[in-house]
Amino acid sequence: MLKYILHRIALLIPTLVGITICAFAFVRLLPGDPILAMAGEHGVAPARYEELKEQFGYNLPIWQQYARYVGEVATGDFGVSISSKRPVMEEFKTLFPATMELSFFAMIFAMVLGIPAGIFAAVKRGSWFDQSLMGTALVGYSMPIFWWGLLLIIFFSGYLGWTPVSGRIGLQFFFKPITGFMTIDTLLYGKWDAFRSALSHLVLPAIVLGTIPLAVIARQTRSAMLEVLGEDYVRTARAKGLSPSRVVGLHALRNALIPVVTTIGLQIGTLLAGAILTETIFAWPGIGKWMVDSIFKRDYVVVQSGLLLIALIVMAVNLIVDVLYAVINPRIRAA
Amino acid sequence: MSQSTEVTALAAGNPDRLTGFRTFWHYFSVNRGAVIGLFVFILLVLAALFAPLLAPYAPDIQDKTAFLRPPAWQAGGSAQYLLGTDPVGRDILSRLLYGARFSLLIGAVVVTLALTGGITLGLLAGYFRGWVDVAIMRLMDLILAFPSLLLALVLVTILGPGLFNAMLAIALVLQPHFARLVRAAVMAEKSREYVVAAKVAGAGHIRLMLRTILPNCLGPLIVQGTLSFSNAILEAAALGFLGLGAQPPTPEWGTMLASAREFILRAWWVVTFPGLAILITVLAINLIGDGLRDALDPKLRRS
Repeated sequence: MLKYILHRIALLIPTLVGITICAFAFVRLLPGDPILAMAGEHGVAPARYEELKEQFGYNLPIWQQYARYVGEVATGDFGVSISSKRPVMEEFKTLFPATMELSFFAMIFAMVLGIPAGIFAAVKRGSWFDQSLMGTALVGYSMPIFWWGLLLIIFFSGYLGWTPVSGRIGLQFFFKPITGFMTIDTLLYGKWDAFRSALSHLVLPAIVLGTIPLAVIARQTRSAMLEVLGEDYVRTARAKGLSPSRVVGLHALRNALIPVVTTIGLQIGTLLAGAILTETIFAWPGIGKWMVDSIFKRDYVVVQSGLLLIALIVMAVNLIVDVLYAVINPRIRAA
Repeated sequence: MSQSTEVTALAAGNPDRLTGFRTFWHYFSVNRGAVIGLFVFILLVLAALFAPLLAPYAPDIQDKTAFLRPPAWQAGGSAQYLLGTDPVGRDILSRLLYGARFSLLIGAVVVTLALTGGITLGLLAGYFRGWVDVAIMRLMDLILAFPSLLLALVLVTILGPGLFNAMLAIALVLQPHFARLVRAAVMAEKSREYVVAAKVAGAGHIRLMLRTILPNCLGPLIVQGTLSFSNAILEAAALGFLGLGAQPPTPEWGTMLASAREFILRAWWVVTFPGLAILITVLAINLIGDGLRDALDPKLRRS
């Protein structure tokens, strides 16, 4: 097992190098002078310009600049945001839990609805439920989620007035974060009304972000289940006289879930891409909105480091999924 | 009657192609959704082609007396503007019809670019293997390591906002899927007897790649191309929505949504219709994609 994990990590090294090259190249590929680009609209005095050039090492040969960049990143130095003057890593640490919380609940929403729906559709294959579920799943899969979010706001916030339009929690509540998850922190402080406020802010964005994963998971569960239900051991279990719910719930489900776990893992990229749109619509203070705002503020230090950090997260999650997959499915390890 | 003789004559002339198409249509038409999707898609193409004839107004003409007019069936609406007007008094229906041109153009251009790049790289990687393969595939892995929309955003930041740059960025992001597909197919086909036979007969590298192997990988490529077509439309609309794709006053659907955002709680129609247009287009294409998969790819065929 350890050998397998080490092998997987070794395979990631070229990608890791590639990601740092991309982030490094980003600032240098921007049209115009990188220092002027980083200074933003206010520009920079000539003396300060030389100073900055020295400071960022732009007068060094390009490979030395890259080595220097990798050295900085490896020690956790991601630079200082131009607009907020705070270290990028510090901003990232305060914003990332918001994206995590949103993604987590989106995934819960997608799994809690998608897995049972997929199982049921497979068991009742060809029924009206199966057909309408697969139709709905295709609609969900084709959904422009930025529009979906706006529709939900129109209906639930505008028409019914049930949920707030934006943000993470009512402005009257302020907490020093413990875990960074609003729903958990409010409970840890024992503030029920704050918890309710956090939850009502979370519902719509989580649904919006979870919609495409929900469609994908429902489709994947259904097809995995159909495949498993045709296997010999399921027929044997049926022949032994086990109840249908036991056959489906115990014998079939465990095997059907293996590809579903992979699908769920692969959704992390979709989630982070979706978070960019969802957070923008709901003014959710996470890393997706941070990236978009930084692009518009021309805060390229943030964009550069955000790009790097997000790619690293996706890579790490994919690694974890691969390893988990090997744990539940021993056939993979041998290969 | 004359039609059927024509068909027989054609069939006699080129039996393979026609029976091939018949088999294809047989499997495709079994899928009711796919046929509906194809029908909707044809309507969209017609709407895009004849937008100047169908649209009641030019897409950028402003009626200063009719800001945010609701659709015809709602109180305050009139038949003059069937789907209402936007915040600066432009007819939404006309803008949607012209917008179909942009969405279909985006899909076509992006798929062409991604397909060309992906086929070239995939063929080279799968055919030559060795360091060419390693270099190309590591590069593809790298592109896939970033969430697609994020990479597209960053590329557009470098290239500058605009429809053409957005298309370039999306094509680059979608391209690795084609390269992987072609590479896998080429590797599977390369050791087959017909390829070896062609090689023995003296076919050169280029001929082997393009004329012998490539046609046998077309099925999965067409399916992937269809899915990328709808993906491209979605991503371009998302970039437009974020303000980095097509720029106003272009009647691109995502861009229309972006400028309608602040009016969502006052005028539901400015938001609802452009998004609905995106959804219907993407859904139609995905339905076609499902049908094509059933018809073209025996391995993926739904039993």
